[in-house]
Amino acid sequence: MSATRAGGPLIAARSLSLERGGRELFRDLSFEVLGGHLLQIQGANGAGKTSLIRILSGLSRYGYGGEVVRRVPLLYLGHQPGVKALLTPRENLAWHVAGEGAFAQEQIDSALARVGLYGYEDVPSHALSAGQHRRVNLARLYLSTCPLWLLDEPFTAIDRAGIEELEALLVEHVERGGAVVMTSHQSLQVTYEVRFLNLLEGLVL
Amino acid sequence: MTPPGTWSFCIRLVRRQLVLAVRRPIEIGNPLLFFAMVVALFPLGLGPAPDQLAGFAPGILWIIALLSNLLTSDTVFRSDFEDGSLEQLLLSPQPLFLSVLAYIIAHWLVTGLLLALVSPLFALMLNLPVAALVTLALSLLLGTAVLSLVGCIGAGLTVGLKRGGMLISLLILPLYMPVLIFGSAAVQAAVTGVPAGPYLAILGAMLCLAIALAPLAIAAALRISVDA
Repeated sequence: MSATRAGGPLIAARSLSLERGGRELFRDLSFEVLGGHLLQIQGANGAGKTSLIRILSGLSRYGYGGEVVRRVPLLYLGHQPGVKALLTPRENLAWHVAGEGAFAQEQIDSALARVGLYGYEDVPSHALSAGQHRRVNLARLYLSTCPLWLLDEPFTAIDRAGIEELEALLVEHVERGGAVVMTSHQSLQVTYEVRFLNLLEGLVL
Repeated sequence: MTPPGTWSFCIRLVRRQLVLAVRRPIEIGNPLLFFAMVVALFPLGLGPAPDQLAGFAPGILWIIALLSNLLTSDTVFRSDFEDGSLEQLLLSPQPLFLSVLAYIIAHWLVTGLLLALVSPLFALMLNLPVAALVTLALSLLLGTAVLSLVGCIGAGLTVGLKRGGMLISLLILPLYMPVLIFGSAAVQAAVTGVPAGPYLAILGAMLCLAIALAPLAIAAALRISVDA
């Protein structure tokens, strides 16, 4: 986390522009995300929120203008939970393809307990609900040491109590010097200062 | 928490893929059943003349091995693409070349290796001379590994398509041909008593080339498929 300590931007977007199906979604979009930033990307359906997050993460490599400078390891959670139905939640985390860390059994169990899956560690994931699949995926946030989190609609299919805990986790993360870039249609109920990036207006408010 | 070393990560991936395969045993059994069924078809189609069958056996066995590999290679990355794991793999700090290789090793262990091990049994059904059985198994061991590597290039390219099955055949069957030629030639040589070593050596050379190059192509194909 050297970049965090140095105070430079964890990720910087330089004059990004994107066109999809002949429509310009955004143009000349420049912003920097520093440690301690909690950035929420706003915009209607089809405004390009997911496209922007995928460009930031590096999954989209072509078809857009501008450049993205990434300085730190990042954790990206997309629409799909990436949870294997044939593996148990514990195995899903222990053998995760993201390969971020070799986690101890206790770390995984405590992360699963934090997302409310205590007692489900060894249940095959196909026996879990859609919301519980999302929760298995969210457990990665408790294990991660990446300073930058890119979260695409993290609240989908999560119940009210789960959302509150997730909001608390996000605040904890940015208070530790990390940064969060997320999309959501809900407004965050947190006491921390949330920055907004509105794709329609193209401004960081 | 410490970041896992590249090797331990690859071993973890192989283990994960093997556990996934074992929990869906039908996926392992299907290619073998396919092999057995098609082998049983040939005596019905060609007539039950043992000598004639023995003459065709090297080619028949190799073509079926090739087709059964074609059937399974489509599935290597599909479920990971559909549930989002593939995105995570691409964003992983681990080298994609080796991760992809781990996927292929796991795929080969449950398809090619098993097929090579049971192939002598099927060969006897076609009256292949006993002297050629070891060569058959060896050529399949080497050859199916090449097939898996090459097949996964097609799998990577078509993983984003709903129905990639036909396209994958058109894409990679031409690349399968050299393997078929030298694989069946090795068995043929063993049948006629000529040393099969040179053919096996060529298969080994193909394997080395495929190990060095195919993961690069697969990694690029996966990045394109996930980007699209």
